[in-house]
Amino acid sequence: MPVQPFDRYQEGAGFLHRLDPRVKVVLTALGILSNVLIPDGAWSAFLLTFALILYLTHLAKLPWGFVLKRSLIILPFTLTAFSVIFITPGTTLTVFRLGPWSFSATHAGVIRFLSILARGLLSVQMAILLTATTSFADLLHAFRHLRLPRALVGTLAFTYRYLDVLGDEAVRLMRARQARSARLPGVSVRQGVRWRGKVTGAMVGQLFLRSLERGERVYYAMLARGYRGHIYTLNPHAMTADDWVFAWVGGLSLLAIQLLARLDLLLTP
Amino acid sequence: MPITHPQDHHPLPLQSQLQTDLALDIKNLSFAYPDGRDALKHVTIAIKPGERVALVGPNGAGKSTLLLHLNGILQGEGQIRVGGLTVEKKNLPVIRAMVGLVFQNPDDQLFSPTVFEDVAFGPLHMGLDEDEVRTRVEEALTMVGMTSYAARLSYHLSMGEKKRIAIATVLSMHPQILALDEPSAGLDPRARRQLINLLQTLPQTQIIATHDMMLVREMCSRMIVMDEGRIIADDATSALFERVELLEAHGLERPDC
Ligand SMILES: Nc1ncnc2c1ncn2[C@@H]1O[C@H](COP(=O)(O)OP(=O)(O)OP(=O)(O)O)[C@@H](O)[C@H]1O
Ligand SMILES: [Mg+2]
Repeated sequence: MPVQPFDRYQEGAGFLHRLDPRVKVVLTALGILSNVLIPDGAWSAFLLTFALILYLTHLAKLPWGFVLKRSLIILPFTLTAFSVIFITPGTTLTVFRLGPWSFSATHAGVIRFLSILARGLLSVQMAILLTATTSFADLLHAFRHLRLPRALVGTLAFTYRYLDVLGDEAVRLMRARQARSARLPGVSVRQGVRWRGKVTGAMVGQLFLRSLERGERVYYAMLARGYRGHIYTLNPHAMTADDWVFAWVGGLSLLAIQLLARLDLLLTP
Repeated sequence: MPITHPQDHHPLPLQSQLQTDLALDIKNLSFAYPDGRDALKHVTIAIKPGERVALVGPNGAGKSTLLLHLNGILQGEGQIRVGGLTVEKKNLPVIRAMVGLVFQNPDDQLFSPTVFEDVAFGPLHMGLDEDEVRTRVEEALTMVGMTSYAARLSYHLSMGEKKRIAIATVLSMHPQILALDEPSAGLDPRARRQLINLLQTLPQTQIIATHDMMLVREMCSRMIVMDEGRIIADDATSALFERVELLEAHGLERPDC
């Protein structure tokens, strides 16, 4: 039973799929930065960003609702920002009473919360677009050739390669445990939380040891093929005219969004 | 983007010019693991170029440990010469290109995300240029009959496919010696047959650590029996297969059929 936690890649032939992954990675990073820099309440800028994402979804030949649906998973996380509604100073909207406590929601607080929500959703949508149109191997190439820290990219690459293998190992261990958890009919066995904890702990330890051993063998295999402390890969991508055009258009769009956001705030009193 | 190598990265010689009458010469090799376990005791082996030698013995005999010495991953006491070149620190880069080590578990050998990257790993780290690397990958994948797999992810392959690609990852380095650790383990009969046929087409000197006695009889004219870190016997396969009591004393069976 392979677990495939990473593969968010959607096989496809859209324009975005063909773009150089380096362009996509850089633009995604800039996009997220842009989301962060949009001031609270600059709704037109948030809307424009969302329109851009929808347009890109269309370019990627993905279903319209694709990124929207998938981005909802971050909603629970944005709830951690819920308290800003009450702690941001401003005109009071309503007051909630909870026993001896009372909370007053402020106008500025609500705007701030909704803006945080928008930033989170938009940023996750951008990341979803990236991973849906770029295979993980291509992403790694992009990271490597964009000179991200080697240790980081290496760790990502090995995680990607071995998470499944490790998952299989965990499943095997679990099966082995189940196979031995026999019980005689009519005999009730008290298996308390402590016992379960102990067994699970031992299993995690096993898994850890096995990973360590595997790490050593993989290291040997790398040494055997000439590894001397640096990983080299060929870059399978070359920037085409399309890539450059897209990079410029994308960058300028983000700039426009930032300008719009500032203008929006100037014009609203 | 061109491959950038740091200053201290010296390209390896493409083909070692060193030629001697022995492909591999191991003299009095002993090795103990850090935990004190004596895994190899006074091992002496000489192998001529082009020979295909089986390395057999029970679990824990020291076969894998011995193979790890051939390109200096483990270094014990004694002397090892590969194609006339002593296995020591300054020769390691050249020796690693000369000895292609295929690990027992292909999941250890195939550590890159895609098949292409794995087969390109050796040539790239030998400092070859991009065109040469691509040529070698193509050539190695052709040899093992897996050209259409270049873009595949290593994890999603069958055991037989993984084993063949594991062999391709060292063939791309143009080794003179292939050291294979249990190449037929975990293969179904058809994949095993394909693997044997593949190994028989390869011209390299081969050292095959295995429990598969049928494979030994079919492929290797010479057999080395190891047990508890020692060489017990080293002779023609046909001669050793006659010594049933010796084989049985070391947990081996003569293939009958
Ligand atoms: N990393 C290690 N640390 C300590 N001892 C080890 C290590 N690897 C192997 N050994 C021990 O060294 C001895 C030789 O092991 P080795 O793996 O070389 O045997 P093998 O002949 O390859 O066996 P098998 O047929 O099971 O693969 C064994 O007793 C083993 O327990
Ligand atoms: Mg072994």
